[in-house]
Amino acid sequence: MPPDHHEISVTVNGTAYRGRVEARMLLSDFLRHDLRLAGTHVGCEHGVCGACTVLLDGVPVRSCLMLAVQADGHEFMTIEGLAPDAERLHPVQQAMHNHHGLQCGYCTPGILMTMTAFLKENPSPSEDEVREALSGNLCRCTGYQNIVGAVLDAALTMRTSS
Amino acid sequence: MKPAPFRYIAASSLDHALSLKAEHGDDARFLAGGQSLIPAMNFRLARPAVLIDINSLTEIAGVTGSPGSEIRIGAVTRYRALEREDDFLKGCPLFADALPHIAHPAIRNRGTIGGNLSHADPASELPAVALAMQARLRVRSVRGERALTASEFFVGLLTTAVETDEMLTEIILPPPQPRSGSCFMEIARRRGDFALAGVAAVITLDQERRCAAVRLALCGVGDTPVDASAAAACLLGQPCNDQTIAEVAAAVRETVTPSGSVHASAAYQRHIAGVLVGRALKTAHERIGHAA
Repeated sequence: MPPDHHEISVTVNGTAYRGRVEARMLLSDFLRHDLRLAGTHVGCEHGVCGACTVLLDGVPVRSCLMLAVQADGHEFMTIEGLAPDAERLHPVQQAMHNHHGLQCGYCTPGILMTMTAFLKENPSPSEDEVREALSGNLCRCTGYQNIVGAVLDAALTMRTSS
Repeated sequence: MKPAPFRYIAASSLDHALSLKAEHGDDARFLAGGQSLIPAMNFRLARPAVLIDINSLTEIAGVTGSPGSEIRIGAVTRYRALEREDDFLKGCPLFADALPHIAHPAIRNRGTIGGNLSHADPASELPAVALAMQARLRVRSVRGERALTASEFFVGLLTTAVETDEMLTEIILPPPQPRSGSCFMEIARRRGDFALAGVAAVITLDQERRCAAVRLALCGVGDTPVDASAAAACLLGQPCNDQTIAEVAAAVRETVTPSGSVHASAAYQRHIAGVLVGRALKTAHERIGHAA
């Protein structure tokens, strides 16, 4: 079968990109290989681990379970777009740093994208709600304890600063 | 790139999608939310030659109907869209109970009800909900359309009665009976995992508040969603109390034949199926007071 190519236009972290992608290219691979935004990590590539989570038009999705060709016309935010500028971290990033919420860091981009979307929807979560919201993101280093602490702390910071 | 090569076509209308499927037959698959199909393609368990993307078909997306009346759900309606329809959730408590158990928000932002039912995973929640609610499933092809009952629709493991050239386009939920209540519950090792067992229960009472009808469907305990309503027949004409409900739970334990897995033995699955039947029937019964 000859490769089936498609032209796509996407906006990622506020920057417009045009690309020519093979139909079978996953969004995760397009972000990492074509756009060189390798902050989005690829773990299981079947939707279980959550490492590749990005925001599609503001809501979290697994970028390994979407084709790049389907991204045409949509807006994305990846981990590279989360911090407000080069000097400052996003409150959830800062809290992860403060709480030692990461060790190897492989799951961290997916967790940050998932948690920022979660806190937008639920600015005052209970610890149980944070744990439930984290259940779709696998971390094999931390045991989650420090991530839960970071998310609760970030929620507090974001509530008091807004 | 993980999936094997294929040709991608974004369908511009339902008719376009159906004519493409008629043309390509078994070589083609419809791509809805992709939360089951794309993993299968990444594993190369599925290798469709043609992928017909139906995500932009607004004509088969969305919910119509108000609480208390018949409700119609377009096949490419995403789980999260259903979760945000307050009126719909009020009218369909089984969905309100079951939707939060389906994987995780990042999956629910993409996955669709039509894709879920067409995938026919026996461990999945919505096939059991559709069976308990006696949903009708409208399928279409270039040849015409037909409506199947949920029990006709699910024929085997990951297998439905949908023919090669057909698409599930709409899920039709009948209006609830007066004096009825419902509940969905499941037990999973971790939130969002497939359930070790799950139960959808609907009870309808007569004027004397005795059980006039009962529907029970289970997920995770067979090759298909399991209709265990017959095992609940001992409840008919009886008041719903701890004793009569325990009899149903015992009968369901005798009925189901789970296969067991690394996460739970068959005996444990059978045990919790009974526990969940008891709890779900009790909650469904308690909810009638509020609804009637």
